[in-house]
Amino acid sequence: MSDTPLITAQNLSVHYPLRAGLIGPKPYVAAVENVTIEVAAGSFFGLVGESGSGKTTLGRAMLRAAPITKGDVLFDDGEVSYALKSLGKAELKDYRKRAQLIFQDPYAALSPRMTVRDIIAEPLEVMGLTKSRAETDERVREIADKCRLNVEHLRRFPHAFSGGQRQRISIARALVSGPKFIVADESVAALDVSIQADVLNLLKAIQEDMGLTFLFISHDLSVVAHVCDHVAVMYLGRLVETAPTRTLFSTPRHPYTKALLSAIPSLDPDDRGKAQKLVGEIPSPTNPPPGCKFQTRCPAAIDKCRKIEPVLESAGPEHHVACHRWKELSIAE
Amino acid sequence: MSRLIDVENLTLQFDTDEGRITAVDDVSFSLEAGEVMGLVGESGSGKSVTAKSLMKLNPRNAVYGPDTKITLHLDDGPVDVMSLQNNAEMKIVRGGAISLIFQEPMASFAPAISIGDQMVEQLMIHTSFSKAQAKELSIEMLDRVGISDPSTRFGQYAFELSGGMRQRAMIAMALSTKPKLLIADEPTTALDVTIQAQVIDLMKDLVSEFGMGIIFITHDLGVIAQTADKVAVMYLGRLVEQGTVRDVIRRPAHPYTRGLIAALPTLDDIDAPLTPIPGDIPSPLERPPGCVYNTRCQEVIGPRCSSEIPAFYPVDTDHAAACHLHDPQESTS
Repeated sequence: MSDTPLITAQNLSVHYPLRAGLIGPKPYVAAVENVTIEVAAGSFFGLVGESGSGKTTLGRAMLRAAPITKGDVLFDDGEVSYALKSLGKAELKDYRKRAQLIFQDPYAALSPRMTVRDIIAEPLEVMGLTKSRAETDERVREIADKCRLNVEHLRRFPHAFSGGQRQRISIARALVSGPKFIVADESVAALDVSIQADVLNLLKAIQEDMGLTFLFISHDLSVVAHVCDHVAVMYLGRLVETAPTRTLFSTPRHPYTKALLSAIPSLDPDDRGKAQKLVGEIPSPTNPPPGCKFQTRCPAAIDKCRKIEPVLESAGPEHHVACHRWKELSIAE
Repeated sequence: MSRLIDVENLTLQFDTDEGRITAVDDVSFSLEAGEVMGLVGESGSGKSVTAKSLMKLNPRNAVYGPDTKITLHLDDGPVDVMSLQNNAEMKIVRGGAISLIFQEPMASFAPAISIGDQMVEQLMIHTSFSKAQAKELSIEMLDRVGISDPSTRFGQYAFELSGGMRQRAMIAMALSTKPKLLIADEPTTALDVTIQAQVIDLMKDLVSEFGMGIIFITHDLGVIAQTADKVAVMYLGRLVEQGTVRDVIRRPAHPYTRGLIAALPTLDDIDAPLTPIPGDIPSPLERPPGCVYNTRCQEVIGPRCSSEIPAFYPVDTDHAAACHLHDPQESTS
């Protein structure tokens, strides 16, 4: 892992328009608002938050699969350097080759009418990356082998495979164009525990082997803790805390991060009910509260939180938190 | 505590185009009133089918084994569930003495009928309440499960409620008939972790208040550790381990339970490698002979594992595992 970022979201906002009234300003939903993250080359970057926090939208914007309203996403892999907001057609096509997505549901992501070989080969053919069928076949076999699929598997259709094997096929398809950056959106959420560990280990092995950079989107903090080296926590479209994994899990600073951590059910049957429970639910993004977006559920909210939106400030090396009270709260602990 | 339900030798097969599939194979367990039993297993293990069998709620192609016996102990005497024939007779187990909460609350409410009308309808079927009384009780139940402004919510439709709110309404509805047994089939799986913590708390409160028995179906051992008194672990239609929650989680006796726990990412040691269980769950059409787990087991002790179905051997008081490892004859020889 190096310190130079492969991809950077810079004050990135993604707004979706709502149906407008006759007068007044055009209403919109801020799915992502003013988010800045740097994903270092070769890192496994975790993005966590509840449903509606904007983590998927941020991931898609970094693939130029969601509209960039404000700010920009900068990509630099040493060969090319792109600012995603103003990418030309040819450049975008080239970017698609360098940045890929692995979906959540391995049952919905694979066409039932195509053989595994054709599924994995499709990106090569669509992007025109190989010149002959023999070359395509060779590339498919090479990638399939990395994802622990054998030649026999390639002839079959997806229905013959279990969830874990299907996810390995999805991974092979994402890798075949030789990308540098992969967004894995809840890629193990649909899998059983015993299979989940296998797919996570495979992703880690591939990342190290091929020197890839991952944006790993997940709602499961225990999974993120095990595979990621850096984590960003989102709430209602905002980045509330970001830190190296170890720091985030040992000294969380934002009340939301603390609540998320304590909400994970402990495996210890004698550790019941000690957790600090969060009341209420994530507000609707069409009508966000003023001030800090978390103030409606925050146990430590004061008047200032209801009026002024906090900005990210440094809470240690590579550790940033957006909370007015993180300092006094950490002293109180 | 008094005995609530006895399940003996439950075997359930489905007639399909590809032949007869065994979904549940010789499952026996019992539950006391006021007790929470966690039923754990991965997808395809037969846990949902087992639970639905208690209400004889299975499709037409289901064939119960001849030795299957399910006895529900009610105040007016025991009910032999297998002997119930028509809808009128089955009212007693379907929504009467037994209520069911599903995983996906969006799919379990009718979309075009208001929440309130659905709650009143089932009360009218199962109790002798007048419509006005049923409405009053329903609003009271909505209030009880922590839904603010219950009289407004009563008139709303499922799509107007958030996921957590819908699951609360589902719980309110399931409990309004005062069932003796509540079957909760992955009730928190579709919810965010902070909402899951709220729903788990709510269910714990309600158990102590109503004194009913709960069968809590989940694949999440953390949720089990936080809610259950005892645990039954299923694999490919068979129970493989039963015991108190402390015993099963702290001293798992069956290799499958050990594998499940080792595969689980926990926050206690984020540097620990994740250990997957090798292989995939076999297709129900190709159930392995002998112990159903022998194809993936790391602790196979000999040809016996693939030829002889292991009986339940005690490993402690109230703790037993169906594994030849615990056969006293194996340890002496």
